[in-house]
Amino acid sequence: MYDLLTAMGYQRWIIQALLVIPVIAAALVLALPASAKQVALWGALAEFVVSIGLWWVFDPTLATMQFEFVAPWIPAFGIDYRVGIDGISLFMVLLTTFTMPLAVLGSWKHIKTRVPGFYALLLVLTTGMIGVFVALDLFLFYVFWELMLIPMYFIIGVWGGGRRIYAAIKFFIYTFVGSLLMLVAILTIYHLVGRETDIYSFNYYHLLANIEVARPWAGWLFAAFALAFAIKVPMFPFHTWLPDAHVEAPTAGSVILAGILLKMGTYGFLRFAVPFFPETALDPRISAVVITLAVVSVIYGALVAMVQPDFKKLIAYSSVSHLGFVMLGIWAATIQSVQGAIIVMISHGVSTGALFLLAGMMYERRHTREIAAFGGIARVMPAFAAILTLVALSSIGLPGTNGFIGEFLVLVGSFETHPWATGIATTGVIFAAAYLLWAIQRLLYNREPSEENATLRDLSGREFAILTPLVVMILWMGLYPKPFLERIEQSARWFVVQVHEVDAPRFRLAAREDVEEQR
Amino acid sequence: MPEIVGWVWLVVLLPFFGFLANGLLSFVAPRAKTAVSVVGVGVLVASFGLAAGIFGGLLGHSDGAPFILTFWHWIPVGDLQVDVAFQVDQLSAVMLLVVTGVGMLIHIFSVGYMREDDGYARYFAYLNLFVFFMLVLVLGANFPILFVGWEGVGLCSYLLIGFWYTEKVNADAGKKAFIMNRIGDFGFLIAMFLIFKTTGTLVFTEVFGLAPETFAVDGPTITAITLFLFLGCTGKSAQIPLYTWLPDAMAGPTPVSALIHAATMVTAGVYLIARTNVLFAMAPLSSAVVAIVGAVTALWAASIALKQWDIKKVLAYSTISQLGYMFLGVGVGAVASGIFHLVTHAFFKALLFLGSGSVIHAMHRAYSATDRHEDAQDMRNMGGLRRWMPWTAGVMWIATLAIAGIPGFSGFFSKDEILAMTFARGHDEVLYYVLWGVGTLASLMTAFYMTRMMLYTFHGPNRTGERERDHLHEAPWVMTAPLLVLAAGSVLGGLLNLPHVLPFHGWLTEWFAPVTGLGEFYRAEMHLEAGTEWSLLGLATLIAAVGIFVAVRFLRPAKLQPAAEAPEETGFGKVLFRKYYIDELYDLVIVRPLVWLSDRVLWRGVDVGAIDGAGVDGSARLARGIGAIGSWLQTGQVGTYIFIFVIGVVVLLRAVSGP
Repeated sequence: MYDLLTAMGYQRWIIQALLVIPVIAAALVLALPASAKQVALWGALAEFVVSIGLWWVFDPTLATMQFEFVAPWIPAFGIDYRVGIDGISLFMVLLTTFTMPLAVLGSWKHIKTRVPGFYALLLVLTTGMIGVFVALDLFLFYVFWELMLIPMYFIIGVWGGGRRIYAAIKFFIYTFVGSLLMLVAILTIYHLVGRETDIYSFNYYHLLANIEVARPWAGWLFAAFALAFAIKVPMFPFHTWLPDAHVEAPTAGSVILAGILLKMGTYGFLRFAVPFFPETALDPRISAVVITLAVVSVIYGALVAMVQPDFKKLIAYSSVSHLGFVMLGIWAATIQSVQGAIIVMISHGVSTGALFLLAGMMYERRHTREIAAFGGIARVMPAFAAILTLVALSSIGLPGTNGFIGEFLVLVGSFETHPWATGIATTGVIFAAAYLLWAIQRLLYNREPSEENATLRDLSGREFAILTPLVVMILWMGLYPKPFLERIEQSARWFVVQVHEVDAPRFRLAAREDVEEQR
Repeated sequence: MPEIVGWVWLVVLLPFFGFLANGLLSFVAPRAKTAVSVVGVGVLVASFGLAAGIFGGLLGHSDGAPFILTFWHWIPVGDLQVDVAFQVDQLSAVMLLVVTGVGMLIHIFSVGYMREDDGYARYFAYLNLFVFFMLVLVLGANFPILFVGWEGVGLCSYLLIGFWYTEKVNADAGKKAFIMNRIGDFGFLIAMFLIFKTTGTLVFTEVFGLAPETFAVDGPTITAITLFLFLGCTGKSAQIPLYTWLPDAMAGPTPVSALIHAATMVTAGVYLIARTNVLFAMAPLSSAVVAIVGAVTALWAASIALKQWDIKKVLAYSTISQLGYMFLGVGVGAVASGIFHLVTHAFFKALLFLGSGSVIHAMHRAYSATDRHEDAQDMRNMGGLRRWMPWTAGVMWIATLAIAGIPGFSGFFSKDEILAMTFARGHDEVLYYVLWGVGTLASLMTAFYMTRMMLYTFHGPNRTGERERDHLHEAPWVMTAPLLVLAAGSVLGGLLNLPHVLPFHGWLTEWFAPVTGLGEFYRAEMHLEAGTEWSLLGLATLIAAVGIFVAVRFLRPAKLQPAAEAPEETGFGKVLFRKYYIDELYDLVIVRPLVWLSDRVLWRGVDVGAIDGAGVDGSARLARGIGAIGSWLQTGQVGTYIFIFVIGVVVLLRAVSGP
């Protein structure tokens, strides 16, 4: 496979193809409005098939960027089209291309108005998201960051539920406040580095290599980045846009929000905020604040999820809880905790995406998201019940599913550096079981199905087609995560080294390696 | 390595295959009950046969070192290397036999018991899956793999407790079991983190090898690790304070109670301590805690069992109580004795549960034949059943004599050994004399409540009802035959580990020596004079006899009234009947406040009120307010503008020119 792809020059064109295919597909969708969803599905599938080659051609032994491509864009300001993929972005890209066909299929029956517009926006959104994950030029990154904001705003605002306008505006303003501050920070770094080195460039490496000159401002710059990303993650107390956006968005919107958009926040921390300003990020006071907020997010998200009457809101708050684990893992900065954080990012995308798709299937049948409206439906929808149970268990973190691997690695790694915070975060495993099993019970069990529920039909072929790949991923990542871990490993190691160069005493990684060599 | 040991993966995979096949059948052909039975029982028979072969292989190859079989690298990250690997040694081989052997008998019994259930295929799928996870639990060669089984059996327990899920109480019971177990799992996880942090590995053989050089005996680290592990055990094995899920778990089908909630899963905590006995040996404080909790739980649960009317509830509290003995055993350092009691208990308690299943089966059919909706599990509705069910009554008496501790039966030897070891430790520390006393008192209660259960169920006049009586009959042979096998085990199981004063003694203790040997160095010597041992044996016999005698002499089955007409309990009896109100207490102190906090304070208060109301929407209102002032000023009337302009100029001039 590797030789075949190499012969095709795959490494040189892959990223560009991934950015262009959705745009072409979007144009085709608008050109052929009668068969908009079919075109969108084929477009998303083509994108996914093309991206799969990354699995083989990606070299897991390298920590550096691969498939890099540079072309001047606005030379006058040192702005380039510069893209590349490493072990962190690899799975974010694959997660995106994997999710999009499912999101299209999940909208199949649900979207009935302005159909071509919806699918065109979904496809444009794909380009925006992939762009965020591959951009290695900070200006380009910012462009993609804003680019994905707009389609999402319309997807919620036009095709959303009853309070869609409120939710869309809240989503937009929350994110925009953060990203404007980030823009200021990017421009400041650009000028400081440019003035010092006489090379004005938004190149990620150039800025990273010379970031020392921004040290007097590090606190403010870090704060600006951190706020933008923390809103996106979202961390307590910047999370309140999420439940509204999730609940009001159509199924595809919720799936993409939870599956991919939230990961942009944690990705931003991994790629920019922490490597740029490690001494600020890991400053004991800042670190204490972030870790506290992460742990609060874990517990708070779980507790609030427990009492939600609306199933989508419950999933939304559970995301706050899961992403808290990611933040804890990033800040603990051990090799296990960082790899675990990235695995949680992937598996949260799979499991929570699946939960939202299942919630959408329920909504399409009963036109309500109220948990109390259901009950006993395992009787009439046994296959649905089986899959919902499996997905919920993966979200709870049952060993053998994807959820366990990430959570376990984050906790076991974070315990090395922050035992107390990790100990408290570990109680999250109890609350996760509480809120999901309680919801499952009220949805599937408890009574004979009521009159409205007694006639619900079980999963259709299309719905099986959506859920099967997700179930496969849940079990694959749970039983044999090694292929994922080894592709992530070098980049995670790079991150840990980058962070700990300024923090030698706590740098246990090198010490451990020495020990291993001696053995 | 004996060749047959290399096949251990098949022992595990066969039940998993059964799960897949039956799971598929439950969707495509739920009525194909013959196929389901053949697959469901067949995989267990094959599994048991192979397990017996492996045990035999180990018998002829007793140099002691465990065999490790590695299948694939599961979680390799930095210095954390977790493999999917099994460890076959003396301990896991015994557990293999118990799980597949008792499991096989209970599968056979289920063919009869569940025959008329619509969810037949689903039932066997879950039951097969349970056996799979239980085997992973006992075979895991490192903590995370053991944890896979640990959580997996919890999942199957959840699914099977709530098997008849359209009743809310059943679904509640399943959920309660899972969540209380998760509290224990929290402890298990923290223990793993501590072990990895201190030793840098999670593989059993490596951890136990490194333990002596890593931990200071009785130091804070090893004490913390073992206490957190024990927290995990209290959840899985239903000990104080996490025992309240087990009585509720009786909501599941009765064979499930026999397999999961008596013979195998709930003993996982005892197994875990036996597996990590080196660590516990290095932490005398934790071991003492284990022993104390075990003894107190034994007495506490036995006292509740005195006043239960539901036949399965009696057995559930009895199970909690007997598990307490096992923890007392491993807590005092008598690891082999703890596992010995685990094995004999698997025989007689599985027998008691299956026997009660036969009774309930008969009661249920009698009531449904006449369309009456009475409680088929309430002993007040039974009485005199031995006339219709002589075989069931006979084998259940055997099990009762075993659990009560009548000499010759298996439970006598295993329970006595634990109490004798506890007594022996009393020589150094008085605490253990107290624990011995507590255990002996619980033993008196055991003899009493078991005899009470048998009297009320099988003796005296029948209270089922005039018309129903004609429909009572013995269970079919597919259900009775497994009971006979278990009865044989309940009688002969004691031969595995006879007391020192008898010939052929201590076979199991010797067998386990390679597993327990590592910790031997840290344990206090436990030695009893032959005279003392004889006295203890005599005393134990006396206690059991007194318990049975008191029950027979003072209980009046003839005076009982059917449940519907029975008077309310009063006084302390009511406190016991209501299980000391512990469920109510937990609800009041933990569940309600937590829900209130989450709903009223965190969600409606912090989220909706403070962050959204004051923060987000507040800033929106502020922006809108400023805008409103601005638009209010823009009236469009030139006169107003000039007026404001003049005021502005005056103010500016004052400011610039100064005072």
